[in-house]
Amino acid sequence: MFPFSFEWVWDMGHMVFMGGLWYALGILGMGLTFCIIKAVYDTVQGKGGDHGHGHH
Amino acid sequence: MDSALIPKGVKRCSIGQFALWIAVVGAVLLWGVWAMLLCYFRGLNQTNMNNAYGFALWIWADLAVIALGGGAFFTGLLRYIFGKDELKHIINYAVLIGFICYSSALLILAIDVGQPLRAWFIFWHANVHSMLTEVAFCLTCYFGVLTIEYVPLVLENRQIDRLPFFHNLTHNMHGIMALFAATGAFLSFFHQGSLGGVSGVLYGRPFGFRTGLLVWPWTFFLYTWSAAACGPCFTLFITRITEMATCKKLVKDSVVELLAKIAGWMLLTYIVAKIIDTVYWAAVTAPAMGLTLMDFYSNNPGSAYGLWILIAEVGVCGVLPAVMLVAPGIRSNPSMRFIAVTLAVIGACLNRWVMVLQVQAVPVLPFEGWFGYMPSWQEIATTILPVAYGIILISLSYRYLPVFPQEQELNPIEGGK
Repeated sequence: MFPFSFEWVWDMGHMVFMGGLWYALGILGMGLTFCIIKAVYDTVQGKGGDHGHGHH
Repeated sequence: MDSALIPKGVKRCSIGQFALWIAVVGAVLLWGVWAMLLCYFRGLNQTNMNNAYGFALWIWADLAVIALGGGAFFTGLLRYIFGKDELKHIINYAVLIGFICYSSALLILAIDVGQPLRAWFIFWHANVHSMLTEVAFCLTCYFGVLTIEYVPLVLENRQIDRLPFFHNLTHNMHGIMALFAATGAFLSFFHQGSLGGVSGVLYGRPFGFRTGLLVWPWTFFLYTWSAAACGPCFTLFITRITEMATCKKLVKDSVVELLAKIAGWMLLTYIVAKIIDTVYWAAVTAPAMGLTLMDFYSNNPGSAYGLWILIAEVGVCGVLPAVMLVAPGIRSNPSMRFIAVTLAVIGACLNRWVMVLQVQAVPVLPFEGWFGYMPSWQEIATTILPVAYGIILISLSYRYLPVFPQEQELNPIEGGK
């Protein structure tokens, strides 16, 4: 999973496989972090009190 | 008592009735938990798996719920990427069903793995040449996506939504949901496919083995295709069951018909591809290994795997529901539509059954006979466990969350509260 795991080899299989995993985890992590930070910022700015719009 | 938690403008049963319902389903859940604990503390000797059946009832259930949970990724793809905006009225439920299916799959795997304390090895010491490693990666990541998609629905509970932070968080998550949906579709494509690839690469098992494209056997593509076709059918199936249980119309016919139409065309194209694959396998792949089609469907005890199972899977539960869903006159009839989606769901389960169980039942050496397998009660109980868990989560979500945006409009109540 990590280059410091003893069985890690810098070959195409590891780069494609692990690249795909970290790409997906990166998108999810960054997306979620963005949402949380923006929610904190919006809350500090006083937004979200009216509840005047629905989602879906 | 809990009226402050129930969404505005909808009617729910009393808390007493609800508690009784949860208690009944909870008893089944506890039965499953007991069997699960037996498997954990006493080991896999509680199952009837053996040297012939390394994959058994659990893996079938796993593959079946993953295929049926495909409604979440495909509906999300249609809604957020292809812009089928009307599906926003059913996407919440598709996500909830997908969340239940995938958490159930992970639960079953956690029991099946035998050494739960070493489950993390598949990530840390990954075998990059294994289809199952890809499945583990994508399954876990996609469960993360489904959790991210389900969380905003939980946060929309009346009381939680009153807190500005959670309201803003929900709003922001909805804002970039297309990104999560696209990631989910990417992950689903690969893990659905890799699950199919597992049987397709077994060159020592001629019943499952298929030729293919580069490193991917044809079953890789067929699994993804069938999940995209049958997943939405399962969403429609559960939606109809929920409507019957609640005696309410929860989603407008136009929405249901649109999803049924898309699922029908997906099913029709899938079943054509499946027939071509089966014919090629029977005429070319299997004979090249010295076997004929009937070697896989005859001389087994009780004709458990007779030719009937192929006809049932491809014909009765494949071609028939596909034609029913594609034909506008039949699709618009709620009863016929329900029959069609039910057949499609059975077809997906049957396909996973033969590709997991029949693959192992077929003798591969001239001196061998068919291998039999009957699951133990512990395997059955732990397979029913996720069903009970799913019913409880659907019940709780339906009661306390705005799962169906059209419910209020379709079921107006006097006074509007």
